Amino acid sequence: MTGLTAIQKVVSRKTGRPRVEVGEIVEAKVDFLMLHEVTGPLAVEEFEKISGKVWDPSRVIVVFDHDVPPSTIDLASQMKRMRSFVKKHGISNFFEIGRGGIAHQVLFEEGFDVPGCLIVGADSHTCTAGATGAVGIGVGSTDAAVVLATGEIWLRVPETLLVEVKGRLGKGVFAKDVALSIVGKIGSNGATYKTLEYTGETVSLMSLSERLTLANLSVETGAKTGIVQTDSKSIEYAERSGRCVGLLEVRSDPDADLERIEMDVSNLEPVISLPHSVDNVKPVSEVEGIQIDQAFLGSCTNGRLDDLLVASKILRGRRIAPNVRLVVSPASVKVYAEALRTGIIEEIVRAGGIVTSPTCGACLGMSRGVLAEGEVAVSSSNRNFIGRMGDKRSKVFLASPATVAASAVEGRITDPRRLLS
Amino acid sequence: MKIRGRIIRLGDNVDTDVIIPARYLVTHDAEVLAKHVFEDYYPEFRAKASGGAIIVAGENFGLGSSREHAVIALKHSGVKAIVAKSFARIFYRNSINLGLPALVIREAGGLERLKDGAEAELDVANGVLTIIKTGEKFSCDKMPEFMMKIIEAGGLINYFLSKRE
Repeated sequence: MTGLTAIQKVVSRKTGRPRVEVGEIVEAKVDFLMLHEVTGPLAVEEFEKISGKVWDPSRVIVVFDHDVPPSTIDLASQMKRMRSFVKKHGISNFFEIGRGGIAHQVLFEEGFDVPGCLIVGADSHTCTAGATGAVGIGVGSTDAAVVLATGEIWLRVPETLLVEVKGRLGKGVFAKDVALSIVGKIGSNGATYKTLEYTGETVSLMSLSERLTLANLSVETGAKTGIVQTDSKSIEYAERSGRCVGLLEVRSDPDADLERIEMDVSNLEPVISLPHSVDNVKPVSEVEGIQIDQAFLGSCTNGRLDDLLVASKILRGRRIAPNVRLVVSPASVKVYAEALRTGIIEEIVRAGGIVTSPTCGACLGMSRGVLAEGEVAVSSSNRNFIGRMGDKRSKVFLASPATVAASAVEGRITDPRRLLS
Repeated sequence: MKIRGRIIRLGDNVDTDVIIPARYLVTHDAEVLAKHVFEDYYPEFRAKASGGAIIVAGENFGLGSSREHAVIALKHSGVKAIVAKSFARIFYRNSINLGLPALVIREAGGLERLKDGAEAELDVANGVLTIIKTGEKFSCDKMPEFMMKIIEAGGLINYFLSKRE
């Protein structure tokens, strides 16, 4: 019998069986379920058709993040509905406006992303939880409704594509450049239904924050989830969380049946995804000089402290180009507070940027930085589909926080290596 | 289970942001969502789908966001089934969960013979798409039995309720 893949190990544990096979459809027990104010109300409505009782309120996490604080009466009403659900069922893991941030960041900060845990979220970027060896699976509202009632979900055990990344990153090249390069290599349909499992020297050297960026973009290849193989950094995270579940070694066996790809990033340049698909990845140097209207720094992909820090280093002593606005949305209240304390926010504001409340907002064209007809944005977020950040004739280029900041200073797409000392 | 409708042809990589932009995710009222379906990308879509439609699309249909609103918008516009070369996984689950059949077509080359506007019939259980006028048949993968049961029940919630009875 061949060895097991990481995802087989986790799903086996969640079905209470010694071994599940790839391709099998199984009922798995969920450790945590995440809902937000956009997909949550529909999940709650469907849940109420089938049950009056949440399977385990301590395992449900409700976060407000997409439009925070709400900019329309409709969104405010959706939040109100979620608050009454939270109250009725005694859900203590509720992150009110001003006390949380973007769901995937909150899950990480609050120690839910424990290795070996199965996290289901009514949001496609739930795969971010894989940074620390958890299995995060994005679903729609009806799936979430059934999990609310039963604590279980049907899953097809996915194939695994092992992504081995080798080499040390050069100056001005970041986890985002690696992640975009992987999406470019695999393609937006290249890993559909599969698990991406990340390993290799480059990944080992990454901080947990950088791994969150890597895991986050897994879904842009069509993958069901992305898992970074666990090591001392993720195990230390698990120990700190106080939520250890007993499967700390999340990695495939050497003889497991899986596909592999290898990448050497030693000579990788900063890269950028051109409109209108995430896998349309080119070196920044090839598109330098395109005029921009907006630079956006934020999102579950790149709105963390290290992202804001690298941007502030580029902005220090400089001014944002007059034709550009820089919109910064910290990923969480904790990130915001820390960026305030360390002076990062001040650097951004002094350079001419504006800092919003922690929210998804601009990333999906919902609020706080939407684009008008014909406008061009460079964004640290995760999608550049037609109309993603606003008008259907706007354009979004996806890049690292450093490229976003450098482009904001120059007023056009800029290779950040020229501005990093 | 047989479904009849006019074919609406779509290309590869149709994402959920173009099916229903985020600015409308402030409700899950089916009528409101249907009113704005494909608003930026294919504004005539709703009018075309209103009499009953079968979408025939290329690769990776429904990529992107987990918004189930996309399936609600399509269904309420008159879409009865989706046939595509491949589906993005969250969309696929959402479609099945809301009782909208989603079948993978096995057509090696292009889908040119499936003309926009042609009247077609989809035999969901057997995975056969037939063009009414010409009688041409196209085969699709049969849906796994478990998913077929969800479709027959009219979606996951109904399936769940029927199992409990």
